[in-house]
Amino acid sequence: MNSATWYGLLGATLAGIGLYGLIVHPHVLRKILSFNLLGSGVFLIAGVVARRGADAGLPGDPVLQGLVITGIIVAFSATALAVALLLRLAETANTASLSPGALEGRAGDAPLPADGSDPGVARRREGS
Amino acid sequence: MQDVTTPGGHWLVLALMVPVAGLLLAVLFGGRHAERIALAALPLGAIAALAIVMQMLSSGAALVYCLGNWAPPLGIVLRADGLSVAMMVTTVVVLTAIALFARIDFATPRGAREARAPFVFWVMLLGVWAALLVVFLAGDFFTLYVALELVAFAAVPLVSLDGRAETLQAALRYLLYALAGSVLYLVGTVLIYGGYGTLDIALLADRLRAEPVAIVAVALMTAGLLAKTALFPLHLWLPPAHAGAPAAASALLSGLVIKGSFFLVIRLWLDAFGSVMTPAAAQLLAALGAGAIVVGSVVALQQARLKLMVAYSTVAQIGYLFLMFPLVLGAASAGAAAAALAGGLLQAISHATAKAAMFMAAGLVYAALGHDRVADLRGAARALPLTIAAFALSGIALIGLPPAGGFLAKWLLLSSALESAQWWWVVVIALGGLLTAAYVFLVLSKALTTTAEPVVITPVPRSSEVIVLALAIVSALLGVAALAPLDLVLIGRDEVMSGAR
Amino acid sequence: MNLVPLGLVLDIGLGLLALAIALFALRTRTTYAAAVGFVAFGLLVALAWFRLGAPDVALTEAAIGGGLTGLLMLNASARLRATEAAAERERPGVPLRLLALLAAFAVACGLAIAVLAFPTPAPTLAPLAVANAPATGLGNPVAATLMAFRATDTLLEKVVLVLAIVGVWSLARDERWGGRPGRRHAADPNGVLVFFARLLPPIGFVFGVYLLFVGADLPGGAFQGGTILAAMWLLAIMARLADTPTIDLRWLRFWLIAGPAAFLLVGLAGLAFGSGFLAYPESLAKPIILFVEVVKIVTVGVTLALIVAGPPERHGGEGR
Repeated sequence: MNSATWYGLLGATLAGIGLYGLIVHPHVLRKILSFNLLGSGVFLIAGVVARRGADAGLPGDPVLQGLVITGIIVAFSATALAVALLLRLAETANTASLSPGALEGRAGDAPLPADGSDPGVARRREGS
Repeated sequence: MQDVTTPGGHWLVLALMVPVAGLLLAVLFGGRHAERIALAALPLGAIAALAIVMQMLSSGAALVYCLGNWAPPLGIVLRADGLSVAMMVTTVVVLTAIALFARIDFATPRGAREARAPFVFWVMLLGVWAALLVVFLAGDFFTLYVALELVAFAAVPLVSLDGRAETLQAALRYLLYALAGSVLYLVGTVLIYGGYGTLDIALLADRLRAEPVAIVAVALMTAGLLAKTALFPLHLWLPPAHAGAPAAASALLSGLVIKGSFFLVIRLWLDAFGSVMTPAAAQLLAALGAGAIVVGSVVALQQARLKLMVAYSTVAQIGYLFLMFPLVLGAASAGAAAAALAGGLLQAISHATAKAAMFMAAGLVYAALGHDRVADLRGAARALPLTIAAFALSGIALIGLPPAGGFLAKWLLLSSALESAQWWWVVVIALGGLLTAAYVFLVLSKALTTTAEPVVITPVPRSSEVIVLALAIVSALLGVAALAPLDLVLIGRDEVMSGAR
Repeated sequence: MNLVPLGLVLDIGLGLLALAIALFALRTRTTYAAAVGFVAFGLLVALAWFRLGAPDVALTEAAIGGGLTGLLMLNASARLRATEAAAERERPGVPLRLLALLAAFAVACGLAIAVLAFPTPAPTLAPLAVANAPATGLGNPVAATLMAFRATDTLLEKVVLVLAIVGVWSLARDERWGGRPGRRHAADPNGVLVFFARLLPPIGFVFGVYLLFVGADLPGGAFQGGTILAAMWLLAIMARLADTPTIDLRWLRFWLIAGPAAFLLVGLAGLAFGSGFLAYPESLAKPIILFVEVVKIVTVGVTLALIVAGPPERHGGEGR
């Protein structure tokens, strides 16, 4: 086997590890971390394909390298959005888990509006 | 070589750039301008969509545009066939209804320069629109990956718009499922490139073979797309997310967003992998769809809250969409395949309009009664006649009664199933119709029950009720309009399908 | 007997180390340890990218994958310390673990099979890219791909960034809307952090701009340069030498959309006056691309920094 194939197998293993962590960990930050592991594994496989496409004096297929750069940016943005959601959840309900049970009996949740309006609408009626 | 810019292809770019430009301007100017920009962009988008329709009808072929004048495999194309155009028009129609409905809920308050929820809503509405257009028009699998991410980023903040802990959890769960789905889709595209050196759908239709690389790729991509489309058993994220969002957002999510990843399954299975896909694999996919129909409908019947019931209804209706795959791939003749394809498309369009109307109606009920408990809906029909009528009409479309588009869709699917001797799908379709009728009638019977005294309600704007009713009427009458363009669906598909056979 | 090539030995070592760290990050008890492990992992992966002949990607991975993502994780794990105990108690049962193991195994095996089944000779677009790069005036074929051949992907991905920042902002409380992102930092004015925050940003700024201009012909580019700029700004913010702007400022909104807007305008100009959307006339290709990249580096820098900073948490008046 050569280096490229080795890295491909590495990427496959990392993807598996990441997927396992994403499903199993109850704490969402660990899930997000595992998602990043999964992403890294996938990008490595892309890198392998790029390396195998070395030709015309280039060390790798530039189209795939461009794809990976785009993918890394997107993965980062996704991680940032997920982390922001998680921090807000923790601040609101003091939990970092996705199970509905974690929300029971917590303090400090904004009460549903008394006039019975749709909670998604209420905030705006109160003005800025 | 089919990837040359066709006359009128530039309309594809213009159509796409309307919501993109709108999005950028909305962020720049913010405040109440965001709403105005969104409302101004919709007619422009409609004009572009119409121009594309007319161009396609006159040329009888798909529209293609080579972006940057670079042809595949190095460059990427936009390609509009009958399916794209039908979904584009549906999107504009449904978005217009949602936007008009949301003007009241998401108006920037007087005296404030900018408020959080309205700004985010209008920006994300434009984002969803732009993302869906890329999904419908892009002809390259990696561009479609970026489109999938765009959809997710635009949809997720809509779920947690009210900031409650439940919706934050639902949004996080949705985001994680969506991300897992995208990354599985991405690795599939990487494998395809590794095996075939291109990501252009038309080129791949010629090159793909039933080899390990292609099989693993399509399996992973499909798994990812199923997670994003919430097909059973990967549906657990959908009900809390769609039910927890504000009414206009739920309409957007259930009506339109979910169709994006579904559309990609069509592109993947019928266009790129059309010659490789075995009918057996398609049976598996549709079996999951049947599971979704049964499980979704049964759980919907058990829901105490209206919005959750409507959300589980979405889970069930998504199952219908996947029944088209074994019917197209296992069809005995080209005519039967075309009928199944048209049936699947019409089912998607019917669900988009009907479910959006239904969610908005549910939102009005909640706003008026102060709750959405199904058991306590007595007297609602008297208090909110237009809204309950809208709910009933959209229910008719979902059940599949004439003259709704849902009826024609099921008719097409049924006839295709009978013709290709896959009678078991007939049973599934009929069963699904009965179960849908059950929960629709459950709600309507409660709402139509008269009470001794009129129910006390908070008045809802008459214009909101009219908008919802109008959309519901559209969904109920779709069957009439859709009798003609079976040909429209087929435009641009014979090239791909003949290339595939 | 064949001598195992040194490169392969290095790669295997690198890979095993990365695998070990990944497993550590998966299994370790505290989230903080996992985040630290993740940063180390990111740097190892960047090395792997160098070994795979992709220095552009290595730079991006080190800066964004290791740097900014690591920062995000470490910051978050510190703020979430109180939630760890409760999450610990929710350890998943055996059925879920088995299911997850099955799914992970299936995916890993599928990928491994596919990797081993890749055709030889490998299909590649490298010759086409090299043949067409001169028309774009760029010597770096990766840059040519991102800015010319597949320019629309880049445009759409910038739109992704815009949606991401608005999405992050959407998580503010209603009453904090229009305020400043992030919490106020406490920093000892005589401490090490402030020292580096005074020293590094000017150097980092120059380096970031350098990466932008050199990226036309050598590895680099607006994304990598923009990440460096974002990191420098964040450093200054952490040391209280600068502060996040309030999110309603017009200039901020302008720079957030300027990158994609410039690209869009260039594209539409090509549609109206040139040969197509995002098609560059051969003589003007490089200047146009450089113009778009210069605008893009500011947008990327501002956006990435503010994404890390988070939703508005302070009123505009609560300054430094």
